[in-house]
Amino acid sequence: MDFLYPLAFWLFAALIAVSAIAMVVTQNIVRAATWLLFTLAGVAGIFFLLGADFVGATQLLVYVGGTLVLVVFGVMLTAQGPFINLKIGAGEWAIAAAVGLGFFSVLAYVLVGFEPKVPANVAVRQAPHKAEQPLAVGAAAGSLPLADNPETRSYHSLASAAVLGEALLGFEKTAPDSPVTGVRDIVTVGPGGTSSQVKIVKERTKMAYLLPFEIVSLHLLVVLIGAAYLARSKRRRGATS
Amino acid sequence: MTDSIGLTPYLLIGALLFVCGAVCMATKRNAIGILMGVELVLNGATVNFVAFAHYNPAFEIEGQIFALFVIVLAAAEAAVALAIVLNFYNNHTTVDVDTAEELKG
Amino acid sequence: MLTDLLTKMLGPEHADVVAAIRVFVAVNILVAFVAGSAVFFIWLERKVAGRIQDRLGPTRVGGKFGWLQTIADGIKLLVKEDLIPGAADQMLFRLGPYIAFCGAFMAFVALPFANGWVAKPLSIGVFFMLAVMSTEVFGIILAGYGSGSKWALFGGMREAAQMVSYEVPMALCVLVPVIVAGSMDLNYVAKQQDWLWKWYVFHDPFTFVAFWTYFCCATAQCKRAPFDLAEAESELVAGFHTEYSGLRWSFFFMAEYGAMFAVSGIAVNLFLGGWNIGFLPNELQAMMGVFANLIGVVVFILKAWLLVFVMMWVRWTLPRLRIDQVMMTCLKYLLPISCVLLLGVSVWQAFVPVILARIVGYLLCALTIGGLGWVVFNLFTITTKLPVSGVPNLWTPGGSAKDLAKT
Repeated sequence: MDFLYPLAFWLFAALIAVSAIAMVVTQNIVRAATWLLFTLAGVAGIFFLLGADFVGATQLLVYVGGTLVLVVFGVMLTAQGPFINLKIGAGEWAIAAAVGLGFFSVLAYVLVGFEPKVPANVAVRQAPHKAEQPLAVGAAAGSLPLADNPETRSYHSLASAAVLGEALLGFEKTAPDSPVTGVRDIVTVGPGGTSSQVKIVKERTKMAYLLPFEIVSLHLLVVLIGAAYLARSKRRRGATS
Repeated sequence: MTDSIGLTPYLLIGALLFVCGAVCMATKRNAIGILMGVELVLNGATVNFVAFAHYNPAFEIEGQIFALFVIVLAAAEAAVALAIVLNFYNNHTTVDVDTAEELKG
Repeated sequence: MLTDLLTKMLGPEHADVVAAIRVFVAVNILVAFVAGSAVFFIWLERKVAGRIQDRLGPTRVGGKFGWLQTIADGIKLLVKEDLIPGAADQMLFRLGPYIAFCGAFMAFVALPFANGWVAKPLSIGVFFMLAVMSTEVFGIILAGYGSGSKWALFGGMREAAQMVSYEVPMALCVLVPVIVAGSMDLNYVAKQQDWLWKWYVFHDPFTFVAFWTYFCCATAQCKRAPFDLAEAESELVAGFHTEYSGLRWSFFFMAEYGAMFAVSGIAVNLFLGGWNIGFLPNELQAMMGVFANLIGVVVFILKAWLLVFVMMWVRWTLPRLRIDQVMMTCLKYLLPISCVLLLGVSVWQAFVPVILARIVGYLLCALTIGGLGWVVFNLFTITTKLPVSGVPNLWTPGGSAKDLAKT
């Protein structure tokens, strides 16, 4: 897939760039919402390319199918007639363009050639699409694919979503060595340093996000109550203007 | 790295989204347009998180978990922000933020 | 299978070309299948509508049964004038149908038609399908707003509210068999259901009810009657697609039939055993190889078509619900029911002993199949009773209008 992956990446990147810039430039609020839709869909595509299936699907479900629909409902409720096109003066456009370009060039200057720090005992990440091929090197699994192997059947069935779920709940170690989509392998090199001792496991050590998960749930509850209260229909008092 | 696409293009996409969101927040007069800018900013940050989760071997899937939290929180914040905008519309009969000048001076 | 063949032909160093060809072939097969299904469904809808309304439906084009009626419809739609209203937002008006169609079609990427025959095997298969089908809402909104007419706007907004609301109980009902199976991978879930009594619809009372609840939510999600406010000719002219004519309108309908098949496919894979006939275990299927897969594809498509036929049947039988009744059904009835089902199936999986669960499973299967058999038996053997009216001799052979005049 040596040309498919970069092709897909550049297509999504072009979609995101064009949509984001169009969203800034357009004056019509409903068209801005449409460009936002394309931007979010492009970002979901980027997530799928990065192998984060669950996050990409959540982005589509929650952001596009939820938040964006909410925003568009807000637009429909408030933008009638004169409010659909609110124009800005040319001077403001010039300042906005200058600030935007300056900001982006600063960020780009920092980011180009950025290499993350890698701990010594963890091998360099392979190309992303290779994570989806079945075990090739040092396959520790049995000969049967894990879904058909009776011992591991029920465990393999908990694939990438389970890894995320167990991370949320904070299990110490999970080791489904199976062709999972959505989570990449960690290739650890054995003590001898040769590739023959490469073990592909997914070990989670002390990843517990249960507390943030609960906090976010409470937060959502508070938000629901607050939004319902804020947006309630108030009784009109008398015939004022 | 042996990748065909390295980490930097993804970070640049995140930066572009962030900058577009910030400029959108600054230039739109419609209150809901500002809210859309906020969504863009959050998306830029999320792309950054997920790209690092993928490319930095020291991270496993923490970036994806953060991305999930960001998405959920962005949805929550959009709900509250829209409630505020609706209240603003009810009080001023307009969504033009240039008219929100009660606290000026 | 195709991948192995091509790899042999081109050699392993061209793995990227092989992957590209596989992607291309898979997408083409899916598009052809969706289009062919839509052609079949349009004809089926008109026939079903006709028969339920005590008439024949199309009988002229293409022989006695009107097989080619859809082709005639398609030609008519193609040659219609492409009208765009003057008040319409040009870009959004043109964009709406395509977004709706893409949302409905992308779900097929993760839908397995047979064991291992998926365009893209995803471990979050059903979640991906639900997420992608939720982007169809935006096509409806754009169509409603971009038409520049108030009827379209009302229809579009109501429709969007309905679709977004029904996603919640639908996702909860989908979670019920996912909890039982332990995976969101549709291929894996369907593989667990190789014997008839292992089908998840018979697994426990909660999944049984979940199947019907899911079917209700799916019908509402596809904007089918009795939830079809968007197409309510008596209320809103034609809702969000009022101003669309010709090929643009047909895109909406391909999207609708595609979504109907996709949700039926999810229901078949999650509840009704997927591609399994019910008496062919997995080991036997593995021995039969590609032949078992072909049988599986046919069985899957027939089951999904059966569910779509039930949707059409319900459409022409039940009267339409009002928008407030639609929202009330979702938020006051289906949502609490699906929450209870989710809780119930979790408790069932965690606490009910295996023996009891198996017995309940067999009992449910026997009762359901027995009940269905009894209904079918009665359909064929029950003697028809003529309607009884207060007029003597009216309905018996030999009676006539003169008898009617006597009383």
